[in-house]
Amino acid sequence: MKFGVVVFPGSNCDRDMYDALHHDLGQEVTMLWHKDKDLSRFSTEDCIVLPGGFSYGDYLRCGAIARFSPMMQSVIDFAKAGGKVFGVCNGFQILCESHLLPGALLRNSHQQFVCRNVHITNETDKVFQIPVAHGEGRYYADEKLLDQLEDNGQVIFYYCDENGHVAPGSNPNGSLRHIAGICNADRNVFGMMPHPERACSSVLGNTDGRQIIKTLLMAEQLVG
Amino acid sequence: MTFTVQIKVMPLKELLDPQGKAVMGGLQNLGLTNVEDVRIGKNITLQVNADSAEKAKQIAEDASKKLLSNPVMEYFEVSVN
Repeated sequence: MKFGVVVFPGSNCDRDMYDALHHDLGQEVTMLWHKDKDLSRFSTEDCIVLPGGFSYGDYLRCGAIARFSPMMQSVIDFAKAGGKVFGVCNGFQILCESHLLPGALLRNSHQQFVCRNVHITNETDKVFQIPVAHGEGRYYADEKLLDQLEDNGQVIFYYCDENGHVAPGSNPNGSLRHIAGICNADRNVFGMMPHPERACSSVLGNTDGRQIIKTLLMAEQLVG
Repeated sequence: MTFTVQIKVMPLKELLDPQGKAVMGGLQNLGLTNVEDVRIGKNITLQVNADSAEKAKQIAEDASKKLLSNPVMEYFEVSVN
């Protein structure tokens, strides 16, 4: 499979994502400029990544303007055709604004930008230590949608403590039901606030991110 | 004709507004204890070329639905001057 990493004006984790996918995970990666729209070299076996950062300066709402960029029109078509799309942090916000994922990401409840390691877990009860760095990461959806996400197994990660217990004290932003990441009903679009690409290189002392990227995007059996 | 259209975008009433909460704390520190709640939104001004005020309002509503507000977290009100 191949990866494409979209670069928006204001993206700042695009090179980290490239390094993680190419150098740490040995994948073929192409950088994609937001003003282009050609995704013809990608098949639905491949994955388009929306990296973290501050696309369009976070003006209006995080991710709102990126949604209308030429490349995003192709990414939306690609996702609807069944191609894999993965959004991290600002990429997650763009996916919600684009309606490829339900809900929205609001200003952190404590009003502060949060930049530190957190623990997240999935239905396999494995605990990963992954950094977060965001000011608007409080996942919000109405109760009905939250129930639906949990019933369908669409919550791919919850914030937890180091032992894997999901509890309010481990939630860095006040997100509802401690949600850190979700996928769509067809399980080909994934979004998460924590940055697995920042935890892929052994020289950085944490390689938990490798397993997240491998399980979510590169294995046939998806998480959950 | 060019119409000036004002769009008020506010966080939904049931949502926590951390920005409003922070400003509320500041007002209380100033001794303005009569202020009971603060909510902060955006005011957007558009210059719209349209045949009538009604048409200008429709264009602004369309813009608000498609880009200027997100119904998951915000509501908007449009007024034409």
